[in-house]
Amino acid sequence: MKGAWPVSLSRWLLDSSVYRSIVRHGVADTNRNRSLVVFENLFLHVHPVKVREKTLRFRHTYWLGGISLACALVLIATGVLLMFYYHPSVPQAYRDMKELEFVVDNGMFLRNMHRWAAHAMVFASFLHMLRVFFHRAYRPPRQFNWVIGVVLLIVTLLLSYTGYLLPWDQLAFWGVSVGTNMAKEAPLLGEKVRFLLLGGNIVSENALLRFYVLHCVVLPVGLLLLLSVHIWRVRKDGGVQGPPEEPSEREEVR
Amino acid sequence: MSSIPPLDILESADPLATPRRVALIRPDIRPAVRTIEERYVMTFPHLIVREIILFQLVVIALALAAILVDAPLEGIANPLETPNPAKAPWYFLGLQELLHYFPPVVAGVLMPVLVVVALVVIPYARINLSAGPLWHEASAARALVLAAATAGLVALFSAFRCWPIVVPTLLIASAMFAARGGERGGALRRALARITLPEWIMFWFAVVAGILTLVGTFFRGPGWSFVWPWVSATPG
Repeated sequence: MKGAWPVSLSRWLLDSSVYRSIVRHGVADTNRNRSLVVFENLFLHVHPVKVREKTLRFRHTYWLGGISLACALVLIATGVLLMFYYHPSVPQAYRDMKELEFVVDNGMFLRNMHRWAAHAMVFASFLHMLRVFFHRAYRPPRQFNWVIGVVLLIVTLLLSYTGYLLPWDQLAFWGVSVGTNMAKEAPLLGEKVRFLLLGGNIVSENALLRFYVLHCVVLPVGLLLLLSVHIWRVRKDGGVQGPPEEPSEREEVR
Repeated sequence: MSSIPPLDILESADPLATPRRVALIRPDIRPAVRTIEERYVMTFPHLIVREIILFQLVVIALALAAILVDAPLEGIANPLETPNPAKAPWYFLGLQELLHYFPPVVAGVLMPVLVVVALVVIPYARINLSAGPLWHEASAARALVLAAATAGLVALFSAFRCWPIVVPTLLIASAMFAARGGERGGALRRALARITLPEWIMFWFAVVAGILTLVGTFFRGPGWSFVWPWVSATPG
């Protein structure tokens, strides 16, 4: 293999026995190796080796589920970084916001990115739901995946909502107070659920700690589990479903 | 031929049962083969590369937003000083707007529960699975039922003076009835005539949810009074 040295170097690396022990197939320049890229990879093997060309069109899915997933990945990455600088206690939580703004390198950028990604994820998930509905992609065999999707939307809202309290500013405190006052109105269980959620009768330091644990552990784990099932079932149910299709003229029964 | 083992193996409880491959081809019948001349492409690179580009575009868009617009941060939480208005996050402002019209147990509990239940049962309700265009077999009874349902909804929401729901309900219902017999009309009416009843309902839900959220976000000031968004009366 002759060529410029970066090419020959990368070829040598890709063909080395160490690299081949990690990724067993060679360079993906044949259909065989391209198949291996997909089905020898834990993460990529939710995909089939071949996909219908039609499903790649923009108007097939508007990529809305993908956008939601991308937002979720950004949120996990920025969220873990934010956790390094955050204490779920009063008043340190609020001081940490100021530290992020004035002390931590790119701290403001990190918080901004986390916040906009959260808003974008709520919005994209809702649009994704509308897209699936109007394409009638909830029909058999996809019924249960629609239900999982509805639960995922609720988990997304809860994640966003629990995160809303964490800066411990006036916006956070009263936003969460207003919301949890609504929960109080539920008959029988309302008051008790609210007490359980807040660790008291008002939004306090206990509520901050509970929301923090929900936001950083319970809900993300739940989201990842449900998301895995959701994406896995997309493939099990026959791949992404776009607009309802009439059988094409060239489709024939011989 | 078929690679599915015979039923006496598949449904046998004997753990040692081994499938035997049996193919029976009758000379007088050709096995039906359904050919779909659809183009397939390799997932790698065609799909994977698009996914990576999509991810990068999302990251770039979010990074630009994060550079240009700072996340808000007000003063430290103070339980003794209630801001007026105290607003929930934007995706709950539709609910908070409902709270302005309906008793708390209706707006805060009944309606959200109804919405979630309605969403969950969508794929199991026969009307969603078999629905054709709403006016396809245009029966007078169906028009009557829908008119009654619309009138009922409008009366209910008017009784609570909930205009952000009444107005879109009337507009969408007008469009729905205008679609009747639209198969022979112009392009717009033909498009409307293709819409199914579940689609009209979901469209109505999405529009109402959007309008309530917008009103709650931009048009509500102190004491949840109506304000214009460009009149800056936001108290500190």
